[in-house]
Amino acid sequence: MKVILRNPRREVEMPGERRVKDVLRELDILPETVLVIRGDELITPDQVVRDADIIELRPVMSGGSQIAPGAGHPPTAPALRPSLP
Amino acid sequence: MKCRKCGGTAVLELRRHNAAFCAPDFLDFFRNQVREAIRKHRMLEPEEQVLVAVSGGKDSLALWDVLIDEGYRTTGLYLDLGIFDYSVDSRRKCETFAARRNVPLIVASVAEEVGAPVPVIKNVTRRPPCSGCGLSKRYLMNRVALDHGLGVVATGHNLDDEAATLFGSITHWQTDALARQSPALPSTHAKLARRVKPLYRLSELETSAYAFLRRIDYIVEECPFAKGATSIAHKEILNRMEDASPGAKHNFLFGFLEKARAAFERAEAVPLRECVRCGQVTTGTVCAFCKLADQVKRTL
Repeated sequence: MKVILRNPRREVEMPGERRVKDVLRELDILPETVLVIRGDELITPDQVVRDADIIELRPVMSGGSQIAPGAGHPPTAPALRPSLP
Repeated sequence: MKCRKCGGTAVLELRRHNAAFCAPDFLDFFRNQVREAIRKHRMLEPEEQVLVAVSGGKDSLALWDVLIDEGYRTTGLYLDLGIFDYSVDSRRKCETFAARRNVPLIVASVAEEVGAPVPVIKNVTRRPPCSGCGLSKRYLMNRVALDHGLGVVATGHNLDDEAATLFGSITHWQTDALARQSPALPSTHAKLARRVKPLYRLSELETSAYAFLRRIDYIVEECPFAKGATSIAHKEILNRMEDASPGAKHNFLFGFLEKARAAFERAEAVPLRECVRCGQVTTGTVCAFCKLADQVKRTL
């Protein structure tokens, strides 16, 4: 099977058929971090990928300038100097 | 794997809900989560006009899509950060989406507003690029909302974003940030638009799946400056926790919002004033955005 990875885009060939969860395990990818796409469909970790199949593992993580909570939004209240319970 | 609702073939497993869904039932689940977020935090009035901050990525375009379908009158705001081909491609995705859904899109340019694009700001300030980028986004989102008479800005922050931000704030015990972390920030000044995050109940996997199933053409490539960003490192740690214990991210964020946030919020409010230069709201005399623009002008 051919496995397409992104960021950066690259391809990996894996011989034989496997369940999606085994493909992910072999590539050390956590299941919740990618969409698994075959053709124009999403498939679940229990599905079997055949030798002739092409699947794309599309990362779901985005990041960088995560806007800090309310930052730039002047604070509605200042922080307590920690005296938490 | 079978759909929890209809028994058909599932397309997505949601381990934290111990469930799997087919495409139509997942889309229903997604919309219900957005409705619940809006209802619980009184984010939006029915048919309210909303400024939706869009980046061309999966989250913000998914948010725009669902808000349109829920009947809100939306205007998109794309901020051109000037980050090489990444900005060219992401702007095109937003313009294509707006044209396809027949909704208005405002485009503002950081280079025009600050005096230089994000890659130059990074060199001038000698700080991580995400710093000047985030500052510019926050400022311009609010100003554009005010300029267009819109009282609320919606952003595409998801559960993973919020959990990672919380993790970062706790790691450094940034108590002021903890006090402000919320799915909905009210307007505390006449010149401050409300800010709401209707996707905060949904994970990145879920927003990605929604965008894919709705055939939204979003930018899959990462921002070239995201590599090595602290928020990414925090997400990776949280993903390991989630893998070992499904629901960990949800419990971390929702536990904070329900049980801990109020403790940080108790003290009295900081007085707000208007920046002597631009008139936008700040806690100081000159706002951080004007200081950044000054620094850029001095250096270039």
